[in-house]
Amino acid sequence: MGKHVLLIEDEPNIIEAIQFILSRDGWRVSTHTDGADAAAVVRQMAPDVVVLDVMLPGRSGFEILQELRGDAATRTLPILMLTAKSQGRDREMAERYGASQFMTKPFANTEILASVRALGGF
Amino acid sequence: MIPFKLLVLACLGYVLLLFIVAFVVEQRAAQGGIKWLRSPLVYTLSLSIYCTAWTFYGAVGYAARSGLEFATIYLGPTLMFIGWWWLLRKLVRIGKTQRVTSIADLISARYGKSNLLGVMVTLLAVVSATPYIALQLQSVTLSFGVFAQGAPNDWKPDSGQTAIWVAIGLAMFTILFGTRNLDANEQHQGVVTAIAVEAMVKLVALLTVGVFVVWVVADGPADIIAKVNVSSLSGWRLQPGRWAGLTFLSAAAVVSLPRMFQVMVVENVSERHLATAAWAFPLYLFAMSLFVVPIAVVGLEVLPKGSNPDLFVLTLPLALHHGSLAMLAFLGGFSSATSMVIVAAIALSTMVSNHIVMPFWLKVGTRQATVAGDVRQIVLVSRRISIAGVLALGYGYYRVTGGGEALAAIGLISFVGAAQVLPAMLGGIFWRGGTRTGAVAGLGIGFAVWLYTLFLPSFGATGLMPEHVMQAGPFGIGWLRPHAMFGIEEADPLLHALFWSMTLNTLAFCTVSLASFPDPVERLQSAQFVNAFEQGPGARGWSHGLAEAEDMLVMSQRILGPEAAQSFFAAQARAQGMAGLLPDTTPQFIDQLERRLSGSVGAATAHAMIAQIVGGAAVSVEDLMAVANETAQIMEYSNQLEAKSEELTRTARALREANGKLTQLSDQKDAFLSQISHELRTPMTSIRAFSEILMEGGMTEEQELKYAGIIHDETIRLTRLLDDLLDLSVLENGQVTLSEVDVDLRDLIDRALMAAGPGAMAVERDDSTETVVVRTDSDRLSQVFINLVTNARKYCDAAKPKLRIEVRVRGGQVDVDFIDNGRGIPKESQAIIFEKFARLTDQARAGGAGLGLAICREIMANLGGSIAYLPGQGGAAFRVSFPRRIARAA
Repeated sequence: MGKHVLLIEDEPNIIEAIQFILSRDGWRVSTHTDGADAAAVVRQMAPDVVVLDVMLPGRSGFEILQELRGDAATRTLPILMLTAKSQGRDREMAERYGASQFMTKPFANTEILASVRALGGF
Repeated sequence: MIPFKLLVLACLGYVLLLFIVAFVVEQRAAQGGIKWLRSPLVYTLSLSIYCTAWTFYGAVGYAARSGLEFATIYLGPTLMFIGWWWLLRKLVRIGKTQRVTSIADLISARYGKSNLLGVMVTLLAVVSATPYIALQLQSVTLSFGVFAQGAPNDWKPDSGQTAIWVAIGLAMFTILFGTRNLDANEQHQGVVTAIAVEAMVKLVALLTVGVFVVWVVADGPADIIAKVNVSSLSGWRLQPGRWAGLTFLSAAAVVSLPRMFQVMVVENVSERHLATAAWAFPLYLFAMSLFVVPIAVVGLEVLPKGSNPDLFVLTLPLALHHGSLAMLAFLGGFSSATSMVIVAAIALSTMVSNHIVMPFWLKVGTRQATVAGDVRQIVLVSRRISIAGVLALGYGYYRVTGGGEALAAIGLISFVGAAQVLPAMLGGIFWRGGTRTGAVAGLGIGFAVWLYTLFLPSFGATGLMPEHVMQAGPFGIGWLRPHAMFGIEEADPLLHALFWSMTLNTLAFCTVSLASFPDPVERLQSAQFVNAFEQGPGARGWSHGLAEAEDMLVMSQRILGPEAAQSFFAAQARAQGMAGLLPDTTPQFIDQLERRLSGSVGAATAHAMIAQIVGGAAVSVEDLMAVANETAQIMEYSNQLEAKSEELTRTARALREANGKLTQLSDQKDAFLSQISHELRTPMTSIRAFSEILMEGGMTEEQELKYAGIIHDETIRLTRLLDDLLDLSVLENGQVTLSEVDVDLRDLIDRALMAAGPGAMAVERDDSTETVVVRTDSDRLSQVFINLVTNARKYCDAAKPKLRIEVRVRGGQVDVDFIDNGRGIPKESQAIIFEKFARLTDQARAGGAGLGLAICREIMANLGGSIAYLPGQGGAAFRVSFPRRIARAA
C-alpha cells in the first residue's frame, strides 16, 4: 500500500487531474474541498503528504498552514502549497508560515509528481 | 449838563475808536504782526473783562449796601490767580493741546467728545449769561438815564428804547469783529486788543473818579477813614458764611464763566503770559477796588438820600458839576459793559454754533455738508445769528425783570449758574475716574437746582415761579420750597442755592462717575486731560540716566534672547571704555537700546518698556495707543500666519486623502490583477494537466472523451471570462456606444427569459403592468435582465424555485424587480455583491468569474439608471431602475 496524500482543493477539474496523476504513481489520494475543517481533517487522516490550495472556500490555505505548523503533531508534516495567484507575496507568505514546497498553477504534471515524491521521501 | 447828542456822539466815537483799533490790529496781525500786541500785558488787560459794568458801577453800590462784602468779588479771582495758577496753566495747556474752542468744547471733549454735554454746557452758559448781559444793558441804560435827569427836554429817556439800541449796537460790533472770519483756533486778535484798550479806559476812569473823590471832594485818605467811621458802613459785620461762599463763588466764576474761559484759554497765545497775569491781574483787580469804599462813603454823604448807590461813580461827578469827569466815568462804565457783552457774545455764539447749530445742520443737511465752502458760510451765519440771539435774550431778560434788581444780585445769579460747570471741569482735568454719565448727571442736577432755587425766582412774583410754590413748595411739599430746600431755612437765597446746587452737582458727578464705566474714547481723553503735562512736545528721548543697567539687561534678555542681549550690552560697555557687561546708562546708550529693542517689539512697545525702567517719564497715552496699534498689527500678522497654517493643514489633509485614495486604488488594482490571474490560471491548470495526460496516451476512449470535455469546458470558461473583462472595461471607461430603440418591456423580459434557457424555475409575471414602451439600448438592458434571471436560476435554493418579476412605472422612471424565493443574500454580503469577483459561492456552482453583477451595475449607470439589492423581500431581490426615455448626456 502506497503512501497517503491528502489533496485540499476546491476546483473539481483540478482535483480530478491531480488525483489521476498521483494515483497512477501509486499514491493513495484523499480529497477535501472545504477550507473550514481542513486542519481537523488533516489531523484525523494523518497523511504522509498534504497538497494545499491557497484559495479555498471557508478558510484560506495560509491560515490552515499556520494552524498545522502550530500543532506539534503536524509541525513537520510535508505540505505542498498551490496557488493560482502569481504575485510574489503568496510565495513569501508560504515560506513564512512554513510550507515545505510552493507551486504556482498551472504546473506540469511531472512537476507536481516530483514534488510530492520528494516530500513523501522517495 | 451834557446834552444827549454829545453823549451819543461820545459813545459812537468811542465805539469807532475800538473799531479802528481792532481793525488795525487785525490788519497788522495778518501781515505778520506787531509783537507787543501779543504781550502778556494785553493778555492781562483782556482778562479784565471779569470787571464788568457790575464791578465798575455795582461794586460801589454793593459797598454802600453791604460794606466790605464787595471785596469777595475781587478776592476770589485774586486767590485763584495767585494760589491756583497751576490749575489755570493746566487749563491753558489742555486748551492748546486739545484745540479747545470754548468751555463747552472742553467739557464735551474731556468726556469722550460727547455732544450731549456740549449742548448742556452751552445751554447752561447761555441761560446763566443772559442775566449778566441784561445787567450790562441795564447799567448802560441807567447811566444814560443819569444824564437825562434834569436835562433839557430835548430827549426823553425811554429805558427800553435805550436798551434796545445798545443791544443792537453791541450785536453789530460783535458780529463785525467776532465773526469777520473763521480762525482755526478761534482767536480774535483785534477784539482782544480792543478789549485791552477798554480795560485801560475803565481803570483810568475809575482811578480818576477815585482820586477826585478822595483828594478833591474829601480831604485825603484820613478824611475818608473818618467818614467811613461815621457812615453806615461802619456798622457792617462780617458774615463768615457769606464771605466764604462769595469768595468761593467768584473764584469759581473766574474759571467757569464762558467769557473768562474765552480770553484766558482760547485767546491765549502763550502759556508764559499766564505767569505775568498771575500777579498783574490781581494787581489790576486791586486797583479797581481801591476807591470803591471811598466813593461809596462820599456818595452816601454827599448825594441825597435814596440815590441809587450803583450809580455813585457817575452821579458824584455830575452832582459836583464835573461834566468831563462824569463823561470819563460814563465811558469807563460803557467800556466795562461793552467789553463783557462782546466777549460773552463771541464765546456763547461759538458754543451755540459748534454744539447746537452745526450738529443739527449736519444731521439735517448732510448732502450739502460735503462742500467745504458751504460749511464755512453756515458757521459764520450761525455765529452771527447766535450773537444776535444772545443779545436778544439779554434784552428780553432785562425787559421781563424790569431792571429792578440791584446790579450785584443779578451778577451773582449768573455766577452761581456758571459755577455749575466746575465739578465736571475740575473732575475732568484732575480725576481720571470722572465719566460722561457722571458729568451729565452732575451738570443736569446742578443746572436744575440753580434754575429752581435761584434763576426762576429771580423773575419775581410776576415771573415764572408762582407765588404759592415759593411759599409752600410745589404741590404743597414744604421741603421743596425753592428757598428752603430740604427744610433748611437759610435766610440768604444765594447761599442756599449755591450750597444745594454745588453739593448735589458734585455728589451726583462723583457717585454716578464711580458707578458708570467710561467708553474707550473717554478713557483716552481722560488720560490726555489729566496727564496734560506729561506729554509735552518731544517727550520721546531720554534725558536722564537713572535707569539701572541691570534691569535693562534683564528686560533685554527677555526680548532679544540672552546671547544677543549680553553681546549688545558688552559691546556698548566696550564702546564706553568699560569692562564687563553693564555699560553706563547714558542717554545715548538708552537710545541705542530702544532702537535695538524696537526692531523686535516695535517702537512704541520698546519705548514703553524702557519707560517702565527709566521710571522718570511715565508712559503717555500716545505711547499706549502706539503699543495698541503695534499689537493690533502683530495680531493681524499672526492671524494671517494662522490662516496660512490652516490652509497648509487643509492642503496636507487633502493630499493625505488623495494619497489614501491612490493607495486604495492601487490596492484595488493589485487585488483585481490578482483575481484575474487566479481566474485565468485555474482553468489553465486543468487544461494543461489534462492535455499533458492526453498527450502521454494510454487512456481509455471513455477517459479521453471525458478529459477532452473538461478541456473544452475550461476553454469556454476562459473565453467567457475574457469577454466579461473586455465588456466591463468598455463600460467602465464610458466608451460604450448605445443604440437607442423603442421597445416594449414585455418583449424585453420575454427575450431575457428565453435567452436564460429553460429551467425548473417558475416565473410569475403581471402582463398588464408590462405594457410599457421604453426608449433605451434594448440589448444592454436585456443583458442585465438575462444576468439576473440566470443568477436566480443558479442560486435559488428553494424546493420549488420561483421568480417574480414586477414592473412599476413612476413618472418617467421604470422599476423592474426580480425577486426569487430562495434564501437571499446574507446581510453582510449585500454591500459587496456588485463588486468585481465578488462571487459568494464556490467556483463549481457559479461557473462564472463573478463579474456579472459588476457588469450589470456598469450597464445601468450607462443607461442613466441603477441596480440595487432589495433587502427583506423573502429571497434574493434586485431592482433595476431606468428612465423611460434615456437622456443622453452627450
